[in-house]
Amino acid sequence: MSARALVHGHASGGMLRLDEPLSFWGGFDSATGKVIDRFHPQHGACLTGLIVAMERGRGSSSGASVLAEAIRRGTAPAALLLLDADAIIATGALVAQMLYRIDCPVIAVGDRGDWQRLSTLLRLEIDAGPDALRITPSQ
Amino acid sequence: MQLSRTDQEMLDGAHGAAAADAVRLVLDFARAVGASRLIDCVCAHVDGCLYHGQASLDFVERFVSLGGRVKVPTTLNVGSVDLIHPDLFIGDPALGSAGKRLMEAHVELGCTPSFTCAPYQTLFRPRLGDQVAWAESNAIVFANSVIGARTNRYGDFIDLACALTGRVPDYGLHRNENRRAGAILELVGFEDADADQAGGIAVAAGLSLGRSCGETIAAITGLPACTSEDDLKALGAAAASSGSVAMFHAVGLTPEAPDLATATGGKDVPVATRLGPAEVSAILAGLSTVPDGSALTAVALGTPHFSLAEFDRLMPFLDAAPFAVPIYVNTGRHAWERLVADGRAARLEAAGVTVVVDTCTYVTAILRELSGAVMTNSGKWAYYAPGNLGVDVAFGTLADTMVSAKAGRVVRA
Repeated sequence: MSARALVHGHASGGMLRLDEPLSFWGGFDSATGKVIDRFHPQHGACLTGLIVAMERGRGSSSGASVLAEAIRRGTAPAALLLLDADAIIATGALVAQMLYRIDCPVIAVGDRGDWQRLSTLLRLEIDAGPDALRITPSQ
Repeated sequence: MQLSRTDQEMLDGAHGAAAADAVRLVLDFARAVGASRLIDCVCAHVDGCLYHGQASLDFVERFVSLGGRVKVPTTLNVGSVDLIHPDLFIGDPALGSAGKRLMEAHVELGCTPSFTCAPYQTLFRPRLGDQVAWAESNAIVFANSVIGARTNRYGDFIDLACALTGRVPDYGLHRNENRRAGAILELVGFEDADADQAGGIAVAAGLSLGRSCGETIAAITGLPACTSEDDLKALGAAAASSGSVAMFHAVGLTPEAPDLATATGGKDVPVATRLGPAEVSAILAGLSTVPDGSALTAVALGTPHFSLAEFDRLMPFLDAAPFAVPIYVNTGRHAWERLVADGRAARLEAAGVTVVVDTCTYVTAILRELSGAVMTNSGKWAYYAPGNLGVDVAFGTLADTMVSAKAGRVVRA
């Protein structure tokens, strides 16, 4: 697979696939972990503790702050499984890791077929280290 | 990833723990965007003074506690409590003081307390070809387009990390080959526009650019010959409001576009949009949420921050004082000091003009009365304020806003 870890770490959880890219800034509430963008198809969904699959990031660079804040508060996704690399999302997770030592691995899968296959699984375990990236279905 | 000797020293802690953390973040970011090395930047503009939660403050305080210092001259964007979520923060003094602390902590890292979204109007203006690490959407567009300095759309956290290391990832608009126009925005029929009209034409071109081109760099042709630097500032701010625009070329006006062929790198690129007077009028009319004749509650100018040249244009209108509604003008404290020194501040105050410094009326609760429409000459203000402040807005040129301020309702000059 062409997948690479933009942010290292370990995570496991149920999968939630977002049908549209989400801007964390303005589209996600770090207090509740919910999607608050009224126009997003998954408006109202809670992302806390889930492995969130979305094709790409969207919107303002302030999304990095919102994601970092959500990780601090424990309302963030467990991990993000992206199709394309996104520097804003990666920055938010990297900063939270630096400040709070909480992992929220961010993976850029790169290949659409792989990403689609992974994002239809019910649960995943992600183990993203400096040397190896393992993504496995879990119970 | 190729590391320079300085990068390696910073990673190893030879430049202190703050630089080590910062360079790690810049390198991780560089990997995420696919850059294979870092390059030096000559300055930074940090947009970290708006409070998005405890993590914003924890990030900066960490570098303060590690004894961090910025390695390049670093300006700061506007402060205050919150930018685009005023509902979350209004009336909470604890969060107000966190926002204030955020501004102070940046200054402790060696940043210049400029608190302006127009750092290019200060002494810290970069030069053509400079590699810079700038945040804030209008500042980014201005740096790339009007100055010809080179920055990507940096933002939260990474802007400060670049400042603390003096390094940026070598990708995107730092590189020659990515700075060429891939589309054309053609304006037709504006040769004889006057200086006041040029302001509106620039806003319309910017809004159209954001909508039609997004991240594709456009070459704009046919802007009026009298288009000023402040008009280009308004154009870029509007474009970065309606789309993810980081750079444009204004053919014959901006430094990397002496002619169309240079702007496009000699490539044949498509015309994305063609705007004539009817289209421009329609775009500008679309910015107003109320019809002409509606009652006004205030006039808001200076988004992005007013330049001294814009104050020069404003001053003659003050002869019409007193005005029916208050007039607010945002500017940087560097400009404010000049206005105080040369006596213009007193004249503005006597005419009922409130000069707002260090922040901006579209991001914070400054306008005292929101019961009627607010009129502005800023495409950016008109774009965001209805959402941010829940206010009705009327757009007009500077002359329109000032005759309307006199009349107390929306009229055209």
